[in-house]
Amino acid sequence: MVTPAHFVALSVILFVIGAVGVLVRRNAIVVFMSVELMLNAANLAFVAFARMHGGLDGQVIAFFVMVVAAAEVVVGLAILTAIFRSRRSASVDDANLMKY
Amino acid sequence: MSASIVLAGPAAETTRIVAFWILAIIAVGAAVGMVLARKAVHCAILLAVVMLCLAILYLMLGAPFLALVQIIVYTGAVLMLFLFVLMIVGISAADSVIETIRGQRLWATLGGIAMLVLLSLVIGHAVIGPAAPNSAKFGNANVTTLAHLIFTTYLYPFEITSALLITAAVGAMVLAHRERLKPRPTQRDLAAERIASGRPTPLPGPGTYAQHNAVDMPALLPDGTQSELSVSEVLSGRPEGARPPAALPGGSGGSAGQEAGDQ
Repeated sequence: MVTPAHFVALSVILFVIGAVGVLVRRNAIVVFMSVELMLNAANLAFVAFARMHGGLDGQVIAFFVMVVAAAEVVVGLAILTAIFRSRRSASVDDANLMKY
Repeated sequence: MSASIVLAGPAAETTRIVAFWILAIIAVGAAVGMVLARKAVHCAILLAVVMLCLAILYLMLGAPFLALVQIIVYTGAVLMLFLFVLMIVGISAADSVIETIRGQRLWATLGGIAMLVLLSLVIGHAVIGPAAPNSAKFGNANVTTLAHLIFTTYLYPFEITSALLITAAVGAMVLAHRERLKPRPTQRDLAAERIASGRPTPLPGPGTYAQHNAVDMPALLPDGTQSELSVSEVLSGRPEGARPPAALPGGSGGSAGQEAGDQ
């Protein structure tokens, strides 16, 4: 029997993998991908809870998360190309001009 | 109730269990591979695998609209955007293995394990009930019910979303725009530059041989040496700046001049 708990457990695992990816990777594009993975894991939890409660509010929220994620990716990648144009690097370690 | 996408019956239950475990294992494996893969392109492909698995899981959870949106928006638009930026930013840009902060990876992994334990404890203590009884909301009436919700209860968030999207579009245009500092070179300027560069002819094409016929094979010069200029800088995998730009070999002393001299 596949219950919503299974899906929530899967979303927890995916979320943690995404968080570790954000902490470990230093290519800014891959960091973005890990953030996307975390957002997707949260979406899976939303949809699973919607199934559990029998309402569709969770699915609406997941839909809004997708919209916000798309907007975030567009702006983030634009910033990344701007940084790459001036610094010739996509590594998060190289953008350290304002570092103390 | 009409026939819905959500399966029913004892045989369907087995199918659901098998499908869930296969998808879960593929998704977790691809996610781990995404964190571990050195090349950013491999990460993007593995992320696409995760997102496709999630789309099928949404279908199993009775969210056909979200499953299609997931495929169209995420694997279609967002990942294409990622790949597009990867093409601009440099496809050969692999992560360096040198740690800037000492022990960063170890502590990150430990933090991840701690987070997993914490979240597992929370989820384990929470009461997550069984799925609600099957209804048309999770099948054929999914899209109409969602539309009803979005345009009544969630009307204001939906309207505000449009402001967000416009802001994002304008922001992306502003950030990605490059001011032209010099006037655009005319055809006459380009011709003069080309004649002054010492190489008025086009660059040599890549090698074409009986066994190897690819753009990454350098062409052979008459004396048997390989022509470095015949392979694109992107393909030869050298960092930019490691050699003079191919279009403008610096003066007659450049590699183009040597090659011409060898002939």
